[in-house]
Amino acid sequence: MATVSTDLNYLQGKKGLFSWIFSVDHKRIGLLYLYALITFFLVGVTLGILMRLELLNPGKDLLEAQTYNQIFTLHGVIMIFLFIIPSIPAVFGNFFLPIMLGTDDVSFPRLNLLSWWIYIIGAIMALSTLIFGDGPADTGWTFYAPYSVKTGTNVTMSVLAAFVLGFSSILTGLNFIVTIHRLRTPGMTFLKMPLFAWALYATSWIQLLATPIIGITLMMIVAERFFGVGLFDPSIGGDPILYQHLFWIYSHPAVYIMALPAFGIISELLPTFARRTIFGYKAIAFSSLAIAFVGYFIWGHHMFTSGMSGTGRFIFSILTFLVAIPTAIKVFNWVATLYKGSIHVHTPLLYALAFIFQFMIGGFTGLLLGALATDIHLHDTYFVVGHFHYVMFGGTGFAFFGALHYWFPKIWGKMYNAKVANTAFTLLFIGFNTLYFPMLIAGLMGMPRRYYDYLPEFHLPNMISTFGSWILAVGLILMLGNLIYAYFKSKEKPGRNPWGGITLEWQTQSPPPVQNFDRMPELPKNGPYDFEHKPTIKE
Amino acid sequence: MEHASGFVLPNSGHNRDAEASKMGMWLFLFTELLLFGGLFIVYMVYRMINHEAFLLSSFELDVTMGTINTVVLLVSSMTIAMSITAIQKGNIKLSVNLLYATLAAAIIFMVIKYFEWSSKIHHGLFPGMDYYESLPKGEGLFFYLYFFMTGLHALHIIIGAVIIGVVIYRTKKGLVTSEKYTLTENAGLYWHLVDLIWIYLFPLFYLIH
Repeated sequence: MATVSTDLNYLQGKKGLFSWIFSVDHKRIGLLYLYALITFFLVGVTLGILMRLELLNPGKDLLEAQTYNQIFTLHGVIMIFLFIIPSIPAVFGNFFLPIMLGTDDVSFPRLNLLSWWIYIIGAIMALSTLIFGDGPADTGWTFYAPYSVKTGTNVTMSVLAAFVLGFSSILTGLNFIVTIHRLRTPGMTFLKMPLFAWALYATSWIQLLATPIIGITLMMIVAERFFGVGLFDPSIGGDPILYQHLFWIYSHPAVYIMALPAFGIISELLPTFARRTIFGYKAIAFSSLAIAFVGYFIWGHHMFTSGMSGTGRFIFSILTFLVAIPTAIKVFNWVATLYKGSIHVHTPLLYALAFIFQFMIGGFTGLLLGALATDIHLHDTYFVVGHFHYVMFGGTGFAFFGALHYWFPKIWGKMYNAKVANTAFTLLFIGFNTLYFPMLIAGLMGMPRRYYDYLPEFHLPNMISTFGSWILAVGLILMLGNLIYAYFKSKEKPGRNPWGGITLEWQTQSPPPVQNFDRMPELPKNGPYDFEHKPTIKE
Repeated sequence: MEHASGFVLPNSGHNRDAEASKMGMWLFLFTELLLFGGLFIVYMVYRMINHEAFLLSSFELDVTMGTINTVVLLVSSMTIAMSITAIQKGNIKLSVNLLYATLAAAIIFMVIKYFEWSSKIHHGLFPGMDYYESLPKGEGLFFYLYFFMTGLHALHIIIGAVIIGVVIYRTKKGLVTSEKYTLTENAGLYWHLVDLIWIYLFPLFYLIH
């Protein structure tokens, strides 16, 4: 590799669009993902707000039933495939994994760029259904057969988009696994890695081993639409339950692709702001692997009501409960980390605490759905919608925002206004809970999901929920506005280590130089969170 | 990459790392196995439901042609393995010739496949054709899965052939040497996988009675 002048940081140096979209620098690729992800996230949010507006009052207000079906499908496809599956690994994993390991890039930098390009192509395909063809799919993001085989909307393109996006996910996962195995700095054993790296490691394995199944299943949907051979369509001899199995064999582990990186973020934030070592390092590290492993065998709990033997349901239910154990281990360890710590309350910590609170609600409501008797009542109600938004948005989404506030000074070498950030956080927290908690109640009352209309007795929770969506939207605008303002106008230089963290990224300049370090990073003596023997970080 | 102050990180993603490349290839092969794994599950489920029909349809396939193709692929796996040994020993010419032999085997396989498929299509057994539509459901599924799975496999043969072509080109240009032969090894790994999948497809469609 040619020698590059290194007194410049990664944002300086080459300029222009092409120096970004063809960059093999993991930091630039991380930011490319960030900008794309935030754009798609905002599209998804807009669709969500439209849905909430329609549901403000019973009856048809704003959207046709068919339009509503297409909007909730597109909302799901965008949020899941374009935002939350890539979110933390593609942005913060790409940016910080190599720095935290003390190296200058991922193992396959060009493959990394290819992943981004594949992601963008997939995203364009998914969004193209808005304009071309017979309109976006109206099947729900699960593309359940036989409806997905028969509907006149543009399912083929949506499904192909998901297939292409899967490739991007696989290649990122592959890259991270090899990077973690090959590029740790000397002296950093597996058990001295930051927990974020452990979380990404577990996630990458799921990406690698689960995604191909959805790929081939979606290909079968496409083939079925072209040839109509009766693979999944029962009217011509196919088995729709088989499709559901194949779909969830991927899509349940995918839930952990979304959640595990968030656990990694929280495990970074808490020790830094409590100024003490993480409680139960090994327990947290191995519980990630345990979740990844057990998570592979519980897909059947999505299908308790769609036709499965009693034995099958019983086994899937027990296995589902098993996942609660490693997850609870993490939560207990996080809380124990705060105990007798020297807690510094900054914006990222607020997000981490909100994560723990909301993720616990998400987790416990998940157990109700994993239990056979209650699931019969709750299946396909708003309780499910509330549950997974608590896990995905209240969990992973908040961890994503927390990470953004945590690493903002490192990524751009600027500082945001903390007061505004805290206000935005408060609005997000209140808005989020006002939006989704009533859904749990409406679900318990029996309101089914995926309808543009509902009976009058569900009016109150729906009204509160829609009010919540407005508060949340204001919070989001304030949060992003504050960060964008800081990006353009901030004069404050945060220095190398604004939060007093001791993982390796805090030892380098902000923003980092092109090859990440300007001097040899120093490992703490006993693992990554050893605040007793912390390295002195000079400016 | 070197820092202005002369500081160099010990590990770099921009260094050549043969171990990393091979690890990456192995991980990729896992994903390929799972891709076909989904199809094997579908095959298994429908074979259990439509046992008789699958049995009946399997007699339609030409075991001789299938056997020849199996032998061709096994031989090609051997030639590419020999090519790797040749490059390790520094015999570039032999290595390239063995790669050509592998490439030839890939082409022979595709030609035989072409004749097999066209005879099936000639008999109207391709999904969407009139005769196919008149078949009982189970038999239709058998031929559908036959075309889907062998088709996907054939696509992998084509990709493999292109990769081997690249290896030949780069070896001739002197970019693959006895010290630097990861590319040949990775092509070999991929080719063995393609071979291995056929080893499963062949009995599933042609032989099980």
